[in-house]
Amino acid sequence: MSDTLTYVYALARDVDPADVGDLAGVGGGPVRVLAADGVAAIVSDVDRAEFQERALEERLEDLEWLTTTARAHHHVVDTLGRDHLVAPLALATVYFDDERVRAVLAENGAAFSAVLDQLAGRAEWGVKIYARQGGGTEAGEAPKPKSGAEYLRARRKALRESETSLDDAREAALEVDAAVTALAAATRSHRLQDAQLSGQSDPMVLNHAYLLPVERADELRDLVASLADHPRVRVEVTGPWVPYSFAQAAQGAS
Amino acid sequence: MTGPGSGELEPRATTLFGDEEVALVDLLDRLLAGGVVLAGDLTISLAGVDLVRISLRALITSIAPVERPGTLAARAERGGTQRSGADAPEAVTARELESGRG
Repeated sequence: MSDTLTYVYALARDVDPADVGDLAGVGGGPVRVLAADGVAAIVSDVDRAEFQERALEERLEDLEWLTTTARAHHHVVDTLGRDHLVAPLALATVYFDDERVRAVLAENGAAFSAVLDQLAGRAEWGVKIYARQGGGTEAGEAPKPKSGAEYLRARRKALRESETSLDDAREAALEVDAAVTALAAATRSHRLQDAQLSGQSDPMVLNHAYLLPVERADELRDLVASLADHPRVRVEVTGPWVPYSFAQAAQGAS
Repeated sequence: MTGPGSGELEPRATTLFGDEEVALVDLLDRLLAGGVVLAGDLTISLAGVDLVRISLRALITSIAPVERPGTLAARAERGGTQRSGADAPEAVTARELESGRG
């Protein structure tokens, strides 16, 4: 039994082994190309013990390991994706050896080709929208409450306003979504990030990924720029990403 | 990886476009819920993802939204420093990177 497993980063097309010559993968091993019938798998050897089933489940809860692995995975697909058509794989997809990967490629070549076709000429962009808190109240310093009752009234009013502003923000976010969707080939929603995860104090009201034809990126830029002073929401864009959120058509393939 | 922390200490570009460094949470959104799903030879349950996110939440409260690998453990060990606003100082990151590697 070999000490290594074959980790698969992405499916790709038209990749020359020289294109990955300098790339290091998860655990630092050199990245290689396994090709079969026009679809290539981008792989590297990883330590077998590290990826044994149980070890991995434990490791997925090990934030440092998860971070390092996610970044290494991303580095490989992102670097290659700049000049090549790639369909990234989910994190930590491993096979016993190269032969197994070649067999999977041979078996699912048509499905993989179809996935790559859908992604050709397109890139993923992330759009996160946050409610601007307190954006609607311009009253400045409220006078000091003179009584407990007055304080409570003011407090209730403030709460009502913050709810309203969140509803307004959601509505505004839907409008932005419609405008971006009009540019996009596909849309996928991700979970809203908790304020603690996003690092933002304003609550997130939308977290979407859009698959955009590459030539429309400027339109997205213009759209987002035009929203810079939006009173209700703050729009944050990330990308271009390799199409992580849109490379799932092969789900049925085994 | 030559020189003292070469490339590691660059402040993250916070512009909307052309971000060199991506936020871990955005990356995990995609890597744990996206990508071509193949069975693989080892069945790896990503059902634990929620647990991951819970641990993430616990840890990320104490750090800037974007961190380099290696700094997390160092910060977690010292119980985390509360991030104050958007100005988590790069110098702190630098020191912690070094101690994290020591």
